[in-house]
Amino acid sequence: MQQGVCITVNGTQRRVREQLMLADLLAELGLSVRGVAVERNRKLVRAQDLASTEVLEGDELELVTLVGGG
Amino acid sequence: MPGDQPRAHESDQPLLVGGVSLRSRLLVGTGKYASFEQTREALEISGSECVTVAVRRVNLDAKAGPSLLDFIDRKRFHILPNTAGCFDAASAVRTAELARAILDTPLVKLEVLGDPRTLLPDPVGTLEATRELVAQGFQVLVYCSDDPRLCARLEQAGAASVMPAGSPIGSGQGILNPNALRIILELVRVPVIVDAGVGTASDVALAMELGAHGVLLNTAIAGAREPLRMAAAMRDACHAGRMAFLAGRIPRLLYANASSPLEGQIAADLGRAP
Repeated sequence: MQQGVCITVNGTQRRVREQLMLADLLAELGLSVRGVAVERNRKLVRAQDLASTEVLEGDELELVTLVGGG
Repeated sequence: MPGDQPRAHESDQPLLVGGVSLRSRLLVGTGKYASFEQTREALEISGSECVTVAVRRVNLDAKAGPSLLDFIDRKRFHILPNTAGCFDAASAVRTAELARAILDTPLVKLEVLGDPRTLLPDPVGTLEATRELVAQGFQVLVYCSDDPRLCARLEQAGAASVMPAGSPIGSGQGILNPNALRIILELVRVPVIVDAGVGTASDVALAMELGAHGVLLNTAIAGAREPLRMAAAMRDACHAGRMAFLAGRIPRLLYANASSPLEGQIAADLGRAP
């Protein structure tokens, strides 16, 4: 049996360890909480909830930032 | 111009939109520049106090480099996140919520587009998303088609500004239907900002001369051969057009109207009017 949980991040599947919080995931991906917003299963996760929201099997995450645009 | 104290004959009210006060009526995008440095310089030269940004997935494969936000001084510029690339109301609302989470601003430039080839706004989805975002407390600046009745409906739905396209996004065709713009300006009370389609400085001047409260553009600067020079041209055109609108243009006449006195001319046999 495989360890960890399988999730989708920005359209790509990944396996991450269990009991990982969203804030930990951002840190492991080298992202700062500032400048990034997170959607979990199509629902916005507020910045103050990132540290207490656990990444669960099958989660679909969108990690977005701001880029140039008109 | 920001920073300067204009003399009385150049005085103007700031543009009040979505709860912010803008001394420059030019709003500029941050897309398509060669570098973040060039973006920063162009924004500065344009004199704008409000710049748009887009929301996109973080690139997880790239090494974390500098971010656009490092190059925009938020003390100087209001940031207006857009929902560009959304083709339905639900995606636009999600995108707006994500932007608000990052920027902590109620401002959003709503775009709900009909299809990727024309990038024309989808009026029905745009109205639907406007209602939802207004209900969620956003200040919604709505990119829309130049349809006067649609603009009136968007205003009724609570839009902070209607932003009719002069012509398709990035097309550089200018203001295709000045009469529609004039009717919109009569029908709605919220600020009307011409958004999209600007090709060159005279397009901005025309929009402002017609009474538009502002102009939003991106490609016309970023895509110019010399973006920084064009940023200066757009700044001046916006100011010139606004001043001309406030000053009041003369009526168009079919026949000439001499500027020099018709009395007191010396005697002449030739050249007398028949």
